[in-house]
Amino acid sequence: MHDVKTEVALESAWSGGKSPFAMGSKKLGMWLFIVSDTLTFSALLITYSYSRLTNPNWPRPFPINPAIIFSTTMTVVLLASSLTMVMAVMASQRNDRKKTVMWMVATMVGGLLFTGLHLTEWMNMIFKEHFTITGNPEGTPLFGAVFFGITGLHMTHVMIGVIYLGIVAFGYGRGKFSAEDVEVNGLYWHFVDLVWMFVFPMIYLMSVKY
Amino acid sequence: MNIQAHAEEAHAGASVGTNCAVWGGLVAITFLEVFLAYEELQPSVMLTILVILSVVKAALIMSFFMHLKYEKFSLVLLLIPATIFCLCMMFIFFFPDALRLLQMGPH
Repeated sequence: MHDVKTEVALESAWSGGKSPFAMGSKKLGMWLFIVSDTLTFSALLITYSYSRLTNPNWPRPFPINPAIIFSTTMTVVLLASSLTMVMAVMASQRNDRKKTVMWMVATMVGGLLFTGLHLTEWMNMIFKEHFTITGNPEGTPLFGAVFFGITGLHMTHVMIGVIYLGIVAFGYGRGKFSAEDVEVNGLYWHFVDLVWMFVFPMIYLMSVKY
Repeated sequence: MNIQAHAEEAHAGASVGTNCAVWGGLVAITFLEVFLAYEELQPSVMLTILVILSVVKAALIMSFFMHLKYEKFSLVLLLIPATIFCLCMMFIFFFPDALRLLQMGPH
């Protein structure tokens, strides 16, 4: 039991008694990670923009059918998985464990569907259209490094996100994780969605085949 | 106010309807981007328009889905200005060469 002076000290900003951002350390940590990852993707996308604008023979390998229809479907799937994640976070804040797990599993399905579609597209580009990291039949060889590098890094984030969702859903369902853990997981998932909102127009829509 | 109370206050976020409306807006902007891709604009003009639309989408996702609109403003001040500053620095070091090569490229 603290005396009055100690109580006042604990409430002060310098003693750890107050939370300046009104959130737990896990959530703040995730936000800081998101900022650092934003800079990683930004560096890649800014470098890509520079290469895209200054290379006159940049390949345009994406016709409306199937490539753009395919990638637009992937975008809508990822956006839908973000909405299911919002539902999961809302359910967790109502302490509805069953619905939280259900919405998180729906989010995982969205993530797996996105990854499946993406890998199908990669296989098509590699084996049918002969695009590789170091070369392609249509134009500047740099395209392969940029395309597979940026979309590959994003796909890695999606796959890690699916595993992260699985672990948190399992733990939350068993009562081992809190609603805050679900919310922190949601922040990561929305960030993955946010990055794709830049990758899709900049990589795909800037290289459509008319 | 203790941490728990702060956290509970912050949780009073957007309703299901608002989140669905935001989702609809994001899908609509995506289709607008696809439509614009077939307008055969200059690459630099196209890239500028697409990046602006993407920034709008990112702002919607961060504000509503990631709850930033409902967090304390101190968090926004911690995260956003520093990120924008770092992004500006990345562009500053590109400038001399980028402008020279843009003039050399075909339009």
